[in-house]
Amino acid sequence: MTQTDTRVGPAAAGPAPGPARPFWTSRRRDQLTGYLFVAPQLLGSAVFVILPLVLVVWYSLHEWNVLAGTFDFVGTDNYAALADDPNLGAVLRATGLFSVGLVVLNLGLALLLAVLLNQKLRGTILFRTLFFSPVVVSLVAWTIVWGFLLQDNGGINGLLDTLGVDGPNWLRGEGTAMLSVIVVQVFKNVGLNMVLFLAALQGVPAELYEAAEVDGASRMRQFWRITVPLISPTILLTSIITVVGSLQVFAQIAVLTQGGPGTSTTVLVYYLYQQAFQFHHFGYGATLSIVLFAIVLALTVLQWQMRKRWVFHES
Amino acid sequence: MSRDLSRRTKLVLYGVLLVLAIPFVFPTWWMVTSSLKPVADIFAFPPQLLPVNPRLDAYQRVFELQPFGQQYLNSLYIALVVTVGTLAVSALAGYAFARIRFRGQNVLFLIVLAGLLIPSEVTIVPLFQMFFKLGLINTHWPLILVPIFGAPSVLATFIMRQFFISLPGELEEAARVDGLGRFATFWRIALPLSRPALGAVAIFTFLHSWNLYLEPIVFLSSPEKFTLPQALTQFADAYGGPMWDVQLAAASMTALPVLVVFVIAQKQFVEGLAHTGLKG
Repeated sequence: MTQTDTRVGPAAAGPAPGPARPFWTSRRRDQLTGYLFVAPQLLGSAVFVILPLVLVVWYSLHEWNVLAGTFDFVGTDNYAALADDPNLGAVLRATGLFSVGLVVLNLGLALLLAVLLNQKLRGTILFRTLFFSPVVVSLVAWTIVWGFLLQDNGGINGLLDTLGVDGPNWLRGEGTAMLSVIVVQVFKNVGLNMVLFLAALQGVPAELYEAAEVDGASRMRQFWRITVPLISPTILLTSIITVVGSLQVFAQIAVLTQGGPGTSTTVLVYYLYQQAFQFHHFGYGATLSIVLFAIVLALTVLQWQMRKRWVFHES
Repeated sequence: MSRDLSRRTKLVLYGVLLVLAIPFVFPTWWMVTSSLKPVADIFAFPPQLLPVNPRLDAYQRVFELQPFGQQYLNSLYIALVVTVGTLAVSALAGYAFARIRFRGQNVLFLIVLAGLLIPSEVTIVPLFQMFFKLGLINTHWPLILVPIFGAPSVLATFIMRQFFISLPGELEEAARVDGLGRFATFWRIALPLSRPALGAVAIFTFLHSWNLYLEPIVFLSSPEKFTLPQALTQFADAYGGPMWDVQLAAASMTALPVLVVFVIAQKQFVEGLAHTGLKG
């Protein structure tokens, strides 16, 4: 691999003006190695990420009917249809509700659990394992079990019954269906953010709390003035991951509510799936994909901008 | 925040932790125990925490109703191939972006990173068309190729890059002075040192593939090609109602092995994830 031509070393170059440099200098070799190392990722991204993104724009300008075998350019018709779609408002509302609900509950609970587990207490490792365990339980299995627990005659209402409360039919009620889907997803994945918060909390120097203690600051005050600012980079990271993840939710909706009742839990990805793969409106599905992409992009840029305002320091 | 606590505070904390643990633990417990109960007992209230009449009928019927063994193998081999592929792609690219200087490096890194904003839900329509034209619908290729190169692998590349940046460069310098080429340096020095990062990437890649649901139901149509998440939703009676005991048995078989591996290796699991580039 590293065979530079030894026959033409400087000694053999004779009277030539200056020593002949081999073409494969270590710098050039390094460059080539760099390109070779990133090639699989780069080519793969080009074929499976960038190209489909370009195609999604192209398809959104067409009406593709698989059954009839037609693929017609229709200009901005799909976008006009989007503006007229009577479901779009409800879909965007469901998507927004799910994302906001999930992010608030997930980050709040994750932070609470992390603070609890960061106390000097025996057995915190055991509790960390318990809170994290749903992360490794198959998503659909987890959802199926909750689907049973949330039934009208399921475990949750049985429990409420013993407390003298008449529980609603969680997955069939307009308001409670969305709440149920959010809560099921929070318990599934909150362990991941909890672990990230825990690592961040352990990085906060103890001296800061000691100093604050001397100054007579209350626990609450210490939490808001010391803990939160110092772990704000982690809060930013977890919120970006959670927001983007919340926009991808699909299996939970498909298993628990199929988007219902009505359209109350029809989030964008589920609607996109229905349009493209159940009704075979591929062109319109592509248009909805662009809406989804625009939302992901806008929210990520927004959060990234916000970091300047409230993230304490950047390392 | 780690200060010594009074006895009373400790008791209160334990109480709070125990109550909070219920929604995390009970569903899994209930899933496994109920899969051993006759259907009537599943709906019994108060719930039987342990099956009163344990039996394995449901487990047998899982295999009668679906080619469940085949589906299990499908999920397992797809997840393993995706994990190995992602590790290879992301370790190579992450190393190059962190350690090798080459022209256009930063631009190329940004292009790759853009993949994070393009989840496969956005591109599922054109991906379907692409694989349709290649004649790869109802094969496992889409479930293997898209994750290895798409958004999940981009995140993996990012994590590997962050990790390689944090490694001290002296060892590699020494190796290079000793005449080791780039690839040998990467393979023999950098890669062994990056086990924690590789472990974390392997875990979340495996789980991601194991949990995929949208892609299988879009790309696969015959039961013997199905993956587990898709198979779990197929256990319905003649009227479309779910067959709870069978479904729970299948769900238990899907969840338990991963859960057992997790409990055994939980330290590496949790700490690996926490202490890899994902930290802010």
